[in-house]
Amino acid sequence: MQLAMTVQKNFGAFTLSADIAVSGERIGIFGTSGSGKSTLVSMLAGLLEPDSGEITLDGVCLFSSARGIQVRPEKRRIAMVFQQHALFPHLNVRNNLLYGYKRCPAEFRTVNFATLVTILELEPLLDRGVTNLSGGEKQRVALGRAILANPRLLLMDEPLSALDDSLRFQIIPYLKSVSEQFGIPYLFISHSLVEMRLMTDTVLAFEKGVMTGQSSSEQLARNRMGQSSAGYINLLELCSMTERDGMCAYRWQGGELLLSAGNRDTAAGLFELSSKDIILFKKHPEAISARNLLHCSVAGLFESGAKLGVEMTCGGGRLVAEIVPDAARELAIEKGSVVYAAIKASAFRRLAAATSQTRP
Amino acid sequence: MIFSSTDYDAIRLSVQVAITATLVSLPVGFGVAYLITFVRFRGKVLLEVLVNLPLTLPPVVVGYLLLLLLGRNGWLGSLLNTAGIRIIFTLKAAVIASAIVGFPLLVRSLRIGMEGIDPQLINASRTLGARWHDTLLTVILPLSAPGLVAGSSLMFARSLGEFGATIIVAGNIPGVTQTIPLAIYEYASSPTSETMALSLCIVSVAISLVVLFLHEVMAKKMARKE
Repeated sequence: MQLAMTVQKNFGAFTLSADIAVSGERIGIFGTSGSGKSTLVSMLAGLLEPDSGEITLDGVCLFSSARGIQVRPEKRRIAMVFQQHALFPHLNVRNNLLYGYKRCPAEFRTVNFATLVTILELEPLLDRGVTNLSGGEKQRVALGRAILANPRLLLMDEPLSALDDSLRFQIIPYLKSVSEQFGIPYLFISHSLVEMRLMTDTVLAFEKGVMTGQSSSEQLARNRMGQSSAGYINLLELCSMTERDGMCAYRWQGGELLLSAGNRDTAAGLFELSSKDIILFKKHPEAISARNLLHCSVAGLFESGAKLGVEMTCGGGRLVAEIVPDAARELAIEKGSVVYAAIKASAFRRLAAATSQTRP
Repeated sequence: MIFSSTDYDAIRLSVQVAITATLVSLPVGFGVAYLITFVRFRGKVLLEVLVNLPLTLPPVVVGYLLLLLLGRNGWLGSLLNTAGIRIIFTLKAAVIASAIVGFPLLVRSLRIGMEGIDPQLINASRTLGARWHDTLLTVILPLSAPGLVAGSSLMFARSLGEFGATIIVAGNIPGVTQTIPLAIYEYASSPTSETMALSLCIVSVAISLVVLFLHEVMAKKMARKE
């Protein structure tokens, strides 16, 4: 997918000005609330007309103020998954799913209804009304409906923000698998760096109506580490839990991590660990209260605001710790140094049951 | 109580006028409510004022203005007269009077129904390949159904009770334009016909009750479906 957007839109005190040229299949638009990301996708979908500029998708002009072109939304073949699902309340699940499919010209119909229903596990819901579905079920129906419209581009406007944490990470594998299975490129809009890393390769960052940068989602997370109160979020897939001394021992990349008892779940899972929760030692400490002490090798250092990120290889896994430059000097950390990383057992938080699809 | 044939005619004509006025107004009311709710255009405020005007005017004034417009020497009446169409003092005039007086109630209910539709549903429909008229028929119309039912019931009930505009523009001709309110007025004017006036009042109340009951049942059914 190749997208070029040079657009301006004015709403009184707020002006959105975007100059985008991006290609890829998994693009993210990142920004805080009010940064203009939803306005941008509305213009791309044809729901909002820019004041001026041009929008081209895969060489096809969708909007041009100079040439007087404004392709109607129904002609663009750009489907949307909305934050609040936007399911038609008067139609059951089946008819919601088929709404776009029936309106798609036959030559573009490549997504098979039965296959999609199986992937999204919607079979038992087909004849139910949509109003009483759970948040996760609603979002799966909304996703299926958009995919069945056989779009050339799928826009996902904060599709997970209406869901609680446990549901959010249950939906991500569905989001990824359907677009990958049917080869539909997508634009994923979110204010969550974790979602960006799980869902996208390239990210366009927006702030107050202006694009502030374009980078990989991993790079964006590192750049933001110094400004974010949560730091850099390490995503770890842990498996094979066994109980030991009232704690949970999980296997991780050939090693073992001890988690507090609150994480008692034998299933493999995706866990988050903040870079702020890792303490580095130059030498093996004599005794510490943290239950995890990992022998690591420094793979690289990066600056992020006033902080320094330390990327380490710990056994087969990788972790990023956050320190201040003074600490880096005291520890004499450089690429190739050996350090010990101490992590409290309570620092881990389960995001979802692990699958290969949640792996960043 | 034994009704005369003109009383039965008045009951039949009342129902006939109310049903026709409601059915004729529905598509127009839906279009106007759609314009006011979803379309941005100059003169929108003026349209809203015009739609609601009959609600604030005395029905007699509405009737008189209609008489000026549709009368033999009126602007529209003279044109229709040339085409051989007579409106004044016919059942058509009673339908027009009822339609105009009840129209604001219909539009208001429809508008409330339409304003309750989540704009994202319309956006979703468009991005899923529906043209605007497709969205209108498959999303806006079904989701406006509660407003449609409420507006139709109100309009029907209002038409059933219409008196002031009707008597001026359609007259009070038994068997032709005389509806229940006009017949009650005639009976009430005569000191010996109080019982007949009361009987027609009971009929009027009964019809209104049936309509309102049906409205409630349908509204509840729709709410359950949602």
